[in-house]
Amino acid sequence: MSASGTTAARTSSALDAAAAAPRGFTLRQYAICLKGVVWREGLRFLHQRERFVSALVRPLVWLFIFAAGFRQVLGVSIIPPYETYILYSVYITPGLMAMIQLFNGMQSSLSMVYDREMGNMRTLLVSPLPRWFLLCSKLLAGTAVSLLQVYAFLAIAWFWEIEAPPLGYLAVIPALLLSGLMLGALGMLISSVIKQLENFAGVMNFVIFPMFFASSALYPLWRVREGSPLLYYVCQFNPFTHAVELIRFALYLRVDWLSLAVVAGCTVLFMLGAILAYDPSRGFLARRGEPGGAT
Amino acid sequence: MMHGPLDPPTQALSVEGVSHAYGPRRALDQVRFSTAAASFTVLLGLNGAGKSTLFALVTRLYGTQAGRIRIFGHDVAREPGEALRILGVVFQSRTLDLDLSVMQNLMYHAALHGIDKRTARARADDLLARIALSDRADDKVRSLSGGQMRRVEIARALLHRPRLLVLDEPTVGLDIKSRADLVAHVRRLVAEDGIGVLWATHLIDEAEEHDQVIVLHQGQVLADGRVSQVVAHCGARDLRDAFTRLTGAASPPSTGEAA
Repeated sequence: MSASGTTAARTSSALDAAAAAPRGFTLRQYAICLKGVVWREGLRFLHQRERFVSALVRPLVWLFIFAAGFRQVLGVSIIPPYETYILYSVYITPGLMAMIQLFNGMQSSLSMVYDREMGNMRTLLVSPLPRWFLLCSKLLAGTAVSLLQVYAFLAIAWFWEIEAPPLGYLAVIPALLLSGLMLGALGMLISSVIKQLENFAGVMNFVIFPMFFASSALYPLWRVREGSPLLYYVCQFNPFTHAVELIRFALYLRVDWLSLAVVAGCTVLFMLGAILAYDPSRGFLARRGEPGGAT
Repeated sequence: MMHGPLDPPTQALSVEGVSHAYGPRRALDQVRFSTAAASFTVLLGLNGAGKSTLFALVTRLYGTQAGRIRIFGHDVAREPGEALRILGVVFQSRTLDLDLSVMQNLMYHAALHGIDKRTARARADDLLARIALSDRADDKVRSLSGGQMRRVEIARALLHRPRLLVLDEPTVGLDIKSRADLVAHVRRLVAEDGIGVLWATHLIDEAEEHDQVIVLHQGQVLADGRVSQVVAHCGARDLRDAFTRLTGAASPPSTGEAA
């Protein structure tokens, strides 16, 4: 090779420097990476006004129109965590909070793989940090964005006289974090294993709607049981039901331990699944086909 | 300490017996080559030759099904972190975030490599100055031209000071002037900074006489050596002629215009 003398000297000094460089990464570098991923997700969110508006309009339509219309149809008796009779709109608020997270989780995970964002996925995955850490950072970033959406929704709902105990607004944060992670990880997992769901409409029909309607988001489960015992069991096994209940109880300063356990367990399960699916050696990425899919 | 040109430590990229299949279709078949540090290597192949698959494997988007890939001695499968931290990548498809500014894109990449803000900022300023885009730092990427985006992508790939830079069809879609500028810029990186470059292209005229050229066709390496050696070996007039003889293909396009 025709390397000149100076180039060779530079190269060898670069070699020495590399040999001296520590292997692995420091905790600080992990923290910088996590911060960077969350920061970018936040920036993107702020730049995509339509996404923010539609994320907000969707639950508000349910709250202002659906809940108002159903107020007289559905009577809600006193059930925990509520201590008095409540309006239907108060009942569905936690369900709508979870719905925001459901949409957000599906959207951010799916768009990451399909269409325009494939490039961003690649940018993320060529980072030298461990892939599990990158995926977890991505999930945390998506969850952080969902929290912004939820609180914007709560602020508007507050003017609609849907008021939880003041401390409930703080207590619900850990619940939202956990449910956001669970739903984001589910989205990531779905994005990796199902080839056919190339567009969001498919996910709406086969994932979002069934999960949302077969849950305690819109109606208390005891009423579901009266109507259809089968649906009642389906709802019980739906992790989304438990996300809703976890949020509902936390908002009223209580803990639903069963829901907490289910949501935590599902979060771990879905995350492990997503990490496995994105593992380069056994991952779906290679099976999905050519890298040209990105071009 | 100094190494002979073929000692493993001066091999920037070493690909040993790599095969890859998508279901029944073989995209790469026993691919074997190595590139030297601080050199410009052209990976020449038509569209569909397997270049992008090779890039996906080198960047560990996919795991290697068979064979081994090493970057300065670091096995991509076994020490991905060590391998990826000295690798800079420019993908064929645009991977900048169009809605963020040039600087925001660069800072995001630096964060992904665990580089702190101050260091990142200083390096980014420096790199932007080198590609004459300092005044565009706060503009959205969307407002840049194709050639400018490519230069930003290269600057981004250099932020973490890689020792090997791989570029997949970087000149696709650029006009003649931007293309020439880009090639010249990357060649300067080799000459001045001692970075090893693997330049994948289907455009024959991007290879120069003293470059190493690897001809990839239908997933197989058909030739590997200096341009002059490959030409002589084939008994051809020039590289274009050699490529045609090797692949039996119609002469590939020589300029971006024809692509």
